[in-house]
Amino acid sequence: MSKRIDVGDLNIYYGDFLAVEGVSMEIEARSVTAFIGPSGCGKSTFLRALNRMHEVIPGARVQGKVMLDGEDLYAYGVDPVNVRRQIGMVFQRPNPFPTMSVRDNVLAGLKLNSKRMSRSEADEVAERSLRGANLWNEVKDRLDKPGAGLSGGQQQRLCIARAIAVQPEVLLMDEPCSALDPISTLAIEDLIGELKQNYTIVIVTHNMQQAARVSDRTAFFNIAGTGKPGKLIEMDDTTKIFTKPGVKATEDYVSGRFG
Amino acid sequence: MTTTTKAPPEADQRPSGRRGSVRPGDRNFSIAARAAGILILIVLAGVTVFLVSEALPTFQADPSEIEGGEGFFSYVWPLVFGTLVAALIALIVATPLALGIALFISHYAPRRMSQGLGYVVDLLAAIPSVVYGLWGIQWLAPNVQGAWAWLAENLGFIPLFTGPASATGRTMMTAGLVLAVMVLPIITAVSREVFLQTPKLHEEAALALGATRWEMIRMSVIPFGKPGVIGGVMLGLGRALGETMAVAMVLSTGGFTWSLVSSGNNTIAAEIALDFPESSGLKTNTLIAAGLVLFVITLGVNMLARWIVSRRKEFSGAN
Amino acid sequence: MSAATSTPRATSTLTSNQLHRFAPAGLLVAAAAVSAGLAAVIGFSIPLFVFLGIVIFAAALTAVSAAVEGRRKATDRLVTTLVVTAFALALIPLIAVVWSVIGNGLSAFGVDFLTTSMRNVTGLQDQQTMQDGAPLIGGAYHALVGTLIITALATAISVPIGLMTSIYLVEYGRGRLARAITFFVDVMTGIPSIVAGLFAAALFAVLFGVGTRNGFAGAVALSVLMIPVVVRSSEEMLRIVPNELREAAYALGVPKWRMIVRVVIPTAISGIASGVTLAIARVVGETAPLIVTAGFTSSINTNPFSDWMMSLPSYVYSLAMRPLSGSEPQPSLDRAWAAAFTLVIIVMLLNLIARLIAKAFAPKTGR
Repeated sequence: MSKRIDVGDLNIYYGDFLAVEGVSMEIEARSVTAFIGPSGCGKSTFLRALNRMHEVIPGARVQGKVMLDGEDLYAYGVDPVNVRRQIGMVFQRPNPFPTMSVRDNVLAGLKLNSKRMSRSEADEVAERSLRGANLWNEVKDRLDKPGAGLSGGQQQRLCIARAIAVQPEVLLMDEPCSALDPISTLAIEDLIGELKQNYTIVIVTHNMQQAARVSDRTAFFNIAGTGKPGKLIEMDDTTKIFTKPGVKATEDYVSGRFG
Repeated sequence: MTTTTKAPPEADQRPSGRRGSVRPGDRNFSIAARAAGILILIVLAGVTVFLVSEALPTFQADPSEIEGGEGFFSYVWPLVFGTLVAALIALIVATPLALGIALFISHYAPRRMSQGLGYVVDLLAAIPSVVYGLWGIQWLAPNVQGAWAWLAENLGFIPLFTGPASATGRTMMTAGLVLAVMVLPIITAVSREVFLQTPKLHEEAALALGATRWEMIRMSVIPFGKPGVIGGVMLGLGRALGETMAVAMVLSTGGFTWSLVSSGNNTIAAEIALDFPESSGLKTNTLIAAGLVLFVITLGVNMLARWIVSRRKEFSGAN
Repeated sequence: MSAATSTPRATSTLTSNQLHRFAPAGLLVAAAAVSAGLAAVIGFSIPLFVFLGIVIFAAALTAVSAAVEGRRKATDRLVTTLVVTAFALALIPLIAVVWSVIGNGLSAFGVDFLTTSMRNVTGLQDQQTMQDGAPLIGGAYHALVGTLIITALATAISVPIGLMTSIYLVEYGRGRLARAITFFVDVMTGIPSIVAGLFAAALFAVLFGVGTRNGFAGAVALSVLMIPVVVRSSEEMLRIVPNELREAAYALGVPKWRMIVRVVIPTAISGIASGVTLAIARVVGETAPLIVTAGFTSSINTNPFSDWMMSLPSYVYSLAMRPLSGSEPQPSLDRAWAAAFTLVIIVMLLNLIARLIAKAFAPKTGR
């Protein structure tokens, strides 16, 4: 498991509007990469382009290459559904399926694709995924209760369990802690530390301490002004970005002198 | 559950210049969904085509063969007149009452009571028209006959109340009253909805200026709700124009007369319901042509209503 | 009773002259007394008494309030009186409808009524019922069966078309086609029911010959009325399914159609089902389209594809308008009321079921 991603000169458009311009980067396997930057700088858009999720918005399209271990995600004939099976995603707000129990939520990725599983196999996947998301001990007695009945932090870990149940290569996280309280945030951050042993993780965050705590590499995105495209300013080892960044704008941003 | 304001996801769009394979499941499903939508358009086109083609012989036939012997126009205009008059009576009676109920529910009744009342109003809107018709002929007509007789006696100099009043009470006025009872719940439901949507801020601003309850309603609720209420009234009008059974059962039909308290007159819908089952030949075509006229009238009213309602931002009213 | 307490309190600026809180009630009693007196002079009748009473009360209250509290307060009180009066006035016909349906409907209603048809029942039997006290025979079984068959067929036609259309509008629809469908569904909502009936009648006349009437034609007519209702309500329900759920499913690598079938529809199913139930309740009482498409009969017909088929609304209509016995219409009217009662019960039950569905299948968030 776990693959690397290479992005080559990627432009992302919404209709005629160029949202992100000319991004190239390498994302190592089994590492945590953080995207930071001011609101509207295109970091979430870029993240969603990595598993073709941005396409669910009408008019969105890209130019450039996104290679998953050498395979172009945007090549002719590539099915975005297959891309997303390999590159999972966790969203800003926890979004468990309200009609499903905790157990069914975890198995949703498999069940929705009508994968045939024996009962014991399903139990095993559910337990392994929930353990992987550090949620097993909290919910093992209420696997058949609605998933929407859990607390916010638990719901978010349930969503992570759901994402890893399909055994993706890469896990994208779009501000996974912004709707959570500090204790739940800590639990998720710990979990990210554990998950990187098996997965390539990319996380978008507004919280610079969080980026410093969890990531190995950090990419700083910025935008010249409203209506201008977002750009990748600098990408380097996290410690370097936060101690001696190469670009002035990065330094201003991480030190809080932004704007 | 939260309402998202973003547009729902669009079908996966390939980047320009690259086209991938579409999953058969996805393709079949989207084709089925699109086909259902297109089918609706076909049905509506069918309604128009069939009505027009079946109505055509009326206009090609010799005027003397049409019912009444003087062509389609002179056959249909008394019916149009009756349709409009019955609907007008209904609106004149129902609108003030509906506004009263709506205001009572939204701003006067205790909170718990108003919820129950809202439910009752919805239920009344669901009672089948044939039941209202039966009620109109059996209960209302005998009970209001006296009033019509009084009108004919004392106000008979007004053409609308020329006597002799019908002895059964089955008159245009009665039919209009039954229609009023039927459209009352519709207008009430729409008005209540818009009154309840008045921003609390506006109401409180008015109250904070020392306004009495009525002044608050006049200053904030009515200006805010006006377009919605007008839309609701128009919806009620559309319903009253197209309503068949109440008139067919209640009215003792006959030729054109100005008097609303004696028997006579008829509406398009009722004429079709009464005559179509036993009609044949050209008469059938004539009735269908009359139906087409009704369709056009209600279409105009409904479009006007929707236009008025849609001028207000997001409004979830009658339908 | 003294109308006002106007004790001057010079010290406070917040108090002003106000009517005593029982003053309106007192005025009402007084107005009732005066109007009773007046009505007795003119010739007593309850409507006259009530009418005079309200007018006198409104005038008196406004006058007293204007004198004591000032003009603004008086206007407020007048409007309050008017609003409450309008409400009470509107209750009269509404209560009368319910009351006459129940009061008249129960006399012929019963197991026999629901399990027998009108076959071979003639005016002769009705005359015997009235003159010799023979039991009332003949019921609405055939009409009940017809209503169930026609409505079930209409539902079977409308729900798939309506639901798929709403899915198209919410999940796929973009551009001109979607706008056209939305617009014409709106147009369809406003089609008078008799026009829908004429359409079905004309369609079947063209396809199967003039004068073709059967249950299926009735079901087609009802579908024209039902489809827009189903589209509207389902569309509304699908639109409130949060986009986050769709994204969550996409992110798991689920194809779009499976996402719709397994995530979106189950999330919205309670609203959709309750909307469909309300749509059924709306068409089950439609009369006009059935009169011109399904015809009338006094016998049981369970085949919607041939011969005329009775329905409850048509049954009410035909017995009320053309009693079996011209000289003794009462038994026919009793049957019509009993059928109307049955119809109202069905509609109320459907409304109740719709509410229960909306409650029972709503996504649970409890722990």
